[in-house]
Amino acid sequence: MTTITESYVREAPRTARVDWSPYLVGAGIGLLSWIAFAVFGDPLGVTTAYSRIASLFAVPVIGPEAVAQNSYWKSMPLKWDYGVWFLVGIPAGAFIAAAMSGTWRLELVPEVWKERFGPSIAKRFVGAFLGGAVIMYGARLAGGCTSGHGISGGLQLAVSSWLFLAVMFATGLGISALMFRKR
Amino acid sequence: MTAMMTILGPLVMGAAFGFLLQRGKVTSCNVIENQFRLRDFTVLKVMGTAIVVGGIGVLLLVDTGNTKYYVKDANLLAVALGAALFGVGMVVYGYCPGTALGAIATGSVHALVGALGMIVGAILYALSFDWLKAHVLNVWALGKVRLPDLTNIPDVAWFAALAVGAALFFWWIESTEARQKRS
Repeated sequence: MTTITESYVREAPRTARVDWSPYLVGAGIGLLSWIAFAVFGDPLGVTTAYSRIASLFAVPVIGPEAVAQNSYWKSMPLKWDYGVWFLVGIPAGAFIAAAMSGTWRLELVPEVWKERFGPSIAKRFVGAFLGGAVIMYGARLAGGCTSGHGISGGLQLAVSSWLFLAVMFATGLGISALMFRKR
Repeated sequence: MTAMMTILGPLVMGAAFGFLLQRGKVTSCNVIENQFRLRDFTVLKVMGTAIVVGGIGVLLLVDTGNTKYYVKDANLLAVALGAALFGVGMVVYGYCPGTALGAIATGSVHALVGALGMIVGAILYALSFDWLKAHVLNVWALGKVRLPDLTNIPDVAWFAALAVGAALFFWWIESTEARQKRS
């Protein structure tokens, strides 16, 4: 009992500085949503702006004409709007938070992945790349991501967003059970 | 004022969002993977609180005429397929698009590799958009509907149920976690 108390007291100040209560963070994101709705009329979201930026990278891949002719990018051209600047702000804020708490560190292969698939960097990079491609295709098909659908749409009680949340978590749980099954 | 607001406004909003994501630990791949393995409920705690707090505030803002709803189209087939892909991608990648951007700035190199994958996913989506528009996006398209419209259950009842449900669920999670920590 005393050892638990001692270790708790020893570690409490450090963890308190590094991590906030998830409820506090959630409430903060909720509050941020009020501002996003009332002041900017632009709910929190990530992937719409992301696909605008992706059109820049598409130019060397499929050629400038194909990008200009593409009906999706016609409806969603690259412009430096609210969403794109919001996107630029995210890494800036995360960097400040990590630097302030001294938790910035290079991570090539995360612990959970290492435990299951070993320390191979190449393997993790291939996984991350493919996962990234699938998640963004899915996000665009669904019309949003965990922020745009999950939080912004969820809090508006949107039918589309609650369907998204349900299907996303269900498939995530299934794939996770497959990926991390004990052999 | 306006020029400043159109750039600085979203930058500060994005930075605040990124800061909160980092402090809430959801820029960690391990935390996200362990949510889908049901070993760490940080992601649900953050999202659930954000939806309840954000939703009640936005409901009041709408009722007082200070904002309006920005609901995404309920193209049920596209949302379901997209969300399923999203769930797969999120478990393989270990991030969602927003948390990935935060993670890159906190030193996660594999998140950066996945971000390149996300660009590829966005390009693939743009290239397949015409076909999807004709065959998938128009299936079971209910438009911008909200759960209160569909069910005739008023907003207040939805949020009361959500708040009580979330409180009970989190109370259960917290007491289970406390028990596990003791043993």
